[in-house]
Amino acid sequence: MTNPTLVIRGGLIVGPLESFLGDVLITDGRIVEVGPSITAPSGAVEIDAVGSWVGPGFVDLHTHLREPGKESAETIETGAFAAALGGYSAVVAMPNTEPSLDSVAMVGYVLERGKSAAVDVAVAGAITIGRQGEQMAPIAKLAALGVRLFTDDGNGVQDAGLMRRALTYAQPLGVTLAQHCEDESLAQGGSMHEGAVSSKLGLTGRPAIAEELMVMRDIELVRLTGCSMHFLHLSTERSIALVIEARAQGLPVTCEVAPHHLTLDETACETFDSEFKVHPPLRTAADVAALRAALRAGAIDAVATDHAPHTPESKDMAFDEAPPGMLGLEQAAGLTLEALGGAEADPQVFFNVLSRGPARVAQMREQDVRVGHSAHGGAVSVGEDANLVIFDPNASYVVDRDNLASRARNTPYHGRTIHGRARATIVRGRLVQLEGNLQ
Amino acid sequence: MIDSIAGGNLVSLATLSQRAIVEVLDTAESFVEVNSRSVKKVPALKGKVIASLFFEESTRTRLSFETAAKRLSADVLSLAVASSSVKKGESLRDTINTIDALGIDAVVMRHSSSGAPVQVSRYVPHVRVINAGDGQHQHPTQGLLDAFTVRQVLAARAGTSGRESGSELFAWLNVLIVGDVRHSRVARSDIEVYTRLGARVTVAAPGTLLPPDIAQWPVTVATNFDEALATADVVGLLRLQKERGSGAFVPSLGEFTSTFGLTSRRAKLLRPETIIMHPGPMNRGVEIDSQVADSSAAVIEQQVRNGVPVRMAVLYLTTAGTTLESGSND
Repeated sequence: MTNPTLVIRGGLIVGPLESFLGDVLITDGRIVEVGPSITAPSGAVEIDAVGSWVGPGFVDLHTHLREPGKESAETIETGAFAAALGGYSAVVAMPNTEPSLDSVAMVGYVLERGKSAAVDVAVAGAITIGRQGEQMAPIAKLAALGVRLFTDDGNGVQDAGLMRRALTYAQPLGVTLAQHCEDESLAQGGSMHEGAVSSKLGLTGRPAIAEELMVMRDIELVRLTGCSMHFLHLSTERSIALVIEARAQGLPVTCEVAPHHLTLDETACETFDSEFKVHPPLRTAADVAALRAALRAGAIDAVATDHAPHTPESKDMAFDEAPPGMLGLEQAAGLTLEALGGAEADPQVFFNVLSRGPARVAQMREQDVRVGHSAHGGAVSVGEDANLVIFDPNASYVVDRDNLASRARNTPYHGRTIHGRARATIVRGRLVQLEGNLQ
Repeated sequence: MIDSIAGGNLVSLATLSQRAIVEVLDTAESFVEVNSRSVKKVPALKGKVIASLFFEESTRTRLSFETAAKRLSADVLSLAVASSSVKKGESLRDTINTIDALGIDAVVMRHSSSGAPVQVSRYVPHVRVINAGDGQHQHPTQGLLDAFTVRQVLAARAGTSGRESGSELFAWLNVLIVGDVRHSRVARSDIEVYTRLGARVTVAAPGTLLPPDIAQWPVTVATNFDEALATADVVGLLRLQKERGSGAFVPSLGEFTSTFGLTSRRAKLLRPETIIMHPGPMNRGVEIDSQVADSSAAVIEQQVRNGVPVRMAVLYLTTAGTTLESGSND
């Protein structure tokens, strides 16, 4: 079955270098014409984009799809629906499933299930077996399958010797290791940022130094091994400064920040509402300001959601007993826009951090038949795979946790007004979402 | 800041104004007399149902609260944690909703997790929630009874009543809090109540047993423990919480005792009028020597005794929803 021809009318087409008003014609999964007032063939579906930005579909580097193992919280299908509503055309599935994505069989399972999902699903493999931080996973075999990112996310690789070996092993394979930076000897037992708020609340802290020390360590390991490395969900001013400095020295390092670290700070935990519990934790207002400044300056490669679904019964616990993590996919773009300055934000930076940057980090700029994904994060130009989003920076809505595509409900933004919304998402030339309705 | 707990919850002292605190102390003072009657009972909370939910073991606090509730003629539902469905994995929300379905007016709760009473107050907004100690967060009635005891002792010496003195006796009072401040909910409540009443609070402990942001707290950190003892009007000792892993924060209990324990030798540095306090249960020989605990300067039993009228005051104000001045409900 072929998809109908689509024509996107009158949007601001945001390219990597310049933006201009125009139409986009899509046939057979490709962009076939870009320009002013395109004459569409009869039967083409017209999509109004006046007042909106038209750019490459968002790419999430950090999605916990929970399948296999925790299908009660999320599945590949529902997670992909949430992604489509959020404006994403591709997600990278994190490997902390049950069992972990640490074998050809498990990675193959998720890739196969992902082929029928609403958006493209790439996979990050585990660095170590079972994410236990003891024995390397079959990184070369998984790389041959098309896996480009490896991480034990949820855990950082604590053992420096093992991390060095993994980087040395991965370097010639052309893959990237991604680290959840928190030194457990410093963070263990903590449930929020260590500081004035945790101390007042009597909650054990996860100090900034736990993150920064591992960032420092891994930058030096990258210097030693030459392997490229991606820093997941950096949350402190110092962490960002370290990565910027390392990049300036020519080291192959990239980093992401999460929407919640751009829009919430430690004071949110004063309610003892476990929806605000996340690792790394919500930091200080000064950290939030520093992350925003770095994002606007183009110093951060990607905004990545760390979309972490949990069932209501598992999340609704005492703060120190609740699992860390919050939903992200459906609100991330609006929150990113807010962090970039709202409707005044530079649309090029917006698409850089939500699409082009993450696609580059995940090596998804090119189609990969092994993994089964099309090309993402490109220019809006003739010949490109039609993975696009129509984003209205002026639309606003109130988040309702009972009206989410995700199977879980654990959003910390319930009741918050979000400015900016994906009006339509196109994946491989197919309209998967229009005005908040899955197609 | 809240100016009265009447009709409200009591989960933390951090949000109570001086006026709200003095109101509790004054109300407690009027209940002291009840406890000396031959019939130790008033009908103030007759017909009210108070649930006592102790998710963490505690004998003295639970008995103190339940005694207070009974002296106010309330009916008490006591959940024995060991036999409850909590052990079978029931959530906090389900437990509280189940108890609520029986028809309760207030819940007195202790929990090992900081903030659990705040969460419960969201689950059952129509029920008054009284925090009987949550994790390392707050133990409001302990802070209140400590302040009540200090005021009682000082007022007796001054030949006045606590009620007449209000907060005056706390002005420029030197309160020294010693030991595991970091892990202590008692310290957090004590510091709130003493500073709000106008006292100067100093803390003395090894660096590892102080919270990392102690510099931001409204207290002075003692640089010399012996000198701090010599100038203290009140010395409040904290229990070294071995069961919470505090042992790993000092090289050994012996070293802690020799550096920050109130030993008999060190007690000689105190002025004769200095009041020695401990919230119990004591680790005799660790934070306090037996001879010191049993000396006349120690008011530890008086603290326990005062627990009942202070908790009567808290239950009365929160649950009757009125103050004694504005008329009772009987």
